[in-house]
Amino acid sequence: MVTRRTLSILVENQPGVLAKVAGLFRRRGYNIHSLAVGITENPEVSRIVTVVEAGPEETEQIIKQLNKLVEVLRVNDVTNHHTVDRELALVKVNATPGTRAEIMEVASIFRANVVDVSEKTMTLEVTGKGEKIDAIIQLLRKHGIREMVRTGQVTLVRGVQTT
Amino acid sequence: MPEVSVMAKSTPTTKMKGAQALIEALRREGVEVVFGHPGGASLPLYDALYDVPEILHVLVRHEQVAAHAAKGYAVASGKVGVCMATSGPGATNLVTGIADAYMDSTAVVAITGQVPTAVIGRDAFQEADVTGITLPITKHNFLIRRAEEIPEVIRKAFYLARTGRPGPVLVDVPRDLQQVEMEFTFPEEISIRGYRPVTEGNVNQIANAARAIASSRKPILYIGGGVIISNASPEVRELAERTRIPVTYTLMAKGAFPDDHPLCLGMLGMHGTAYANYAINTSDLIIAVGARFDDRVTGRLKDFAPEATIIHIDIDPAEIGKNKPAHIPIVGDAKRVLQVLLEMVQPPQDIEPWHKQIEEWRRKYPLRYRQSSDIPKPQFVIDLLSRAWGGRAVVTTDVGQHQMWAAQFFLCREPRTFITSGGLGAMGFGFPAAMGAWFARPNKPVVAILGDGGFQMTIQDLATAVEWKMPLKLFIINNGSLGMVRQWQELFYHRRYSHVWLKNPDFARVAASFGAEGISVRHPEEVEPAIFRAMEIEDRPVVVDCHVDPEENCFPMIPSGQSVKEMILDLD
Repeated sequence: MVTRRTLSILVENQPGVLAKVAGLFRRRGYNIHSLAVGITENPEVSRIVTVVEAGPEETEQIIKQLNKLVEVLRVNDVTNHHTVDRELALVKVNATPGTRAEIMEVASIFRANVVDVSEKTMTLEVTGKGEKIDAIIQLLRKHGIREMVRTGQVTLVRGVQTT
Repeated sequence: MPEVSVMAKSTPTTKMKGAQALIEALRREGVEVVFGHPGGASLPLYDALYDVPEILHVLVRHEQVAAHAAKGYAVASGKVGVCMATSGPGATNLVTGIADAYMDSTAVVAITGQVPTAVIGRDAFQEADVTGITLPITKHNFLIRRAEEIPEVIRKAFYLARTGRPGPVLVDVPRDLQQVEMEFTFPEEISIRGYRPVTEGNVNQIANAARAIASSRKPILYIGGGVIISNASPEVRELAERTRIPVTYTLMAKGAFPDDHPLCLGMLGMHGTAYANYAINTSDLIIAVGARFDDRVTGRLKDFAPEATIIHIDIDPAEIGKNKPAHIPIVGDAKRVLQVLLEMVQPPQDIEPWHKQIEEWRRKYPLRYRQSSDIPKPQFVIDLLSRAWGGRAVVTTDVGQHQMWAAQFFLCREPRTFITSGGLGAMGFGFPAAMGAWFARPNKPVVAILGDGGFQMTIQDLATAVEWKMPLKLFIINNGSLGMVRQWQELFYHRRYSHVWLKNPDFARVAASFGAEGISVRHPEEVEPAIFRAMEIEDRPVVVDCHVDPEENCFPMIPSGQSVKEMILDLD
């Protein structure tokens, strides 16, 4: 059964590593739902968090193939772990003096921050799980979203365990 | 040549240029021969090579030949093959050979010049993103960023190429860094933290395998190229003889188990023997060693060996369960795993009925051909080649019908004596591979079985073979067509022969013009004398152009994506 799996991948922080990982996904035909990369507590190591859509055998294959890349240090499937998962979105929405209060109210319910205001627009910053971001976008849509940007999901396992 | 004496010492640090450091690192890796072609971005490398006579450099006429020859050398010798090219077109010409080495897990190091660091990414003259291009077809690749890292990167490249599941590694060296003065330090030990191949198999799983073998009734050993790579032929033979389990091999494992051994069923798969295919598909236990359940072996996966328990031994964890789920997975080096297995294994109790069944298939469906007409059958030529050189020569092939006939009819007894382009199926491979094999095994006859189509893809390097006085025996199985494509058009495309007939040159005269010996054969009785003539010539290549029956098809055949039930034994 194809489900969304979250993989946490530690890699050498070197040029070209992201291209190698992304290239592997492309040429073996794996579906990436989201991808986020950044350095870790160790500046020589980066963490790639990717959400893939795959069945159990394919997930196992993906992990094995990733492990074959020399720069890949560790791969963990954290899907069934207790995790903290976060995405971030910036949403620039049409705002008039008449709608501003309503938008502010939505923002406050979702604990989003207003990070920019102009005469005709407001920009909200919202973080959380993907579903939460989907929900606020849904509510903001009627005002007219001028543009938006969303990050991939970042994930850490809860508790003392490291992955 | 003052640098040479300085370099020869193993002083921990010595000042030299990046190019000299690279060549010195090759020397310390024990490189005997490099197949290459110079160019602008590799001028400093070639200048450094000029001072190191102990490394032979073979100047090929096309870089594809360098890469194929490096593989031929690597397979024949068990060492790392090395090829070298300049930036841009030189490097892109290597690509087919690198991809071939990748598919067949061969230890090859490719060194390419690159445009100077300052102009990388600016579409400079003869610039190509070679590390990008070769990303999916190398085990790993490196772009040198500082001259100081050259010796360590070369050491890592050789280490990665030959250990674990071997494969090609490419090192791209910008020209300016070849010229920089640097301190040469050659690391004795290297560690790569993201790379730890597992060689020792899990003992519990090996014990499970031993139990499965003891209780099996219809077991079969299915061996692949990994057996040759890990030098596990003696262990396979001991396992087979002690348990009396029959052995079938993949194209890549031809030679790993003697073709004339009573337990040998020959090659399996699309053009394998009928009895090997019947046996594996009826078996209750498959012991897969260093093989990857490739589509040319299995056909339609869900119908492949439906009754069998599968023991899968492979050094690459990603191969296990990739195509066919394994009941007993064992990750490890084939030789080490089999050594442990041999300590535990007991023969199956009652496999005589299984042997009887296999013998019946063997009697009923032998490999055969009929040499009836006055034109030589391709199998007849290969059969005679086998009678002349079988078991004693290193044989290489191109890709197509003649390759499959060679696998069926040419007798091999030892590993590293059958060299072919298996996974990639690259036409033009056979002749350059023969050149590489000759450097590895100069005292063995090297016979190349070539197609008229394939040979024309790398024929220009007859010049190289003549220059080096290589006594290669090059036999063209000339059916005037791209025979395998023609066969598929006949069988599956209603004989609509679309662009498969070749208007060929007179290969004997082509050979003569290069300074090689050329012989044309048109009648069955001319084949043997041509072989004897080829045997006599020791100072130059011989091209024997064998005009064979153009209509002959390669059987048995399991059509692509089908199963043993759909096997075509013969058309009549």
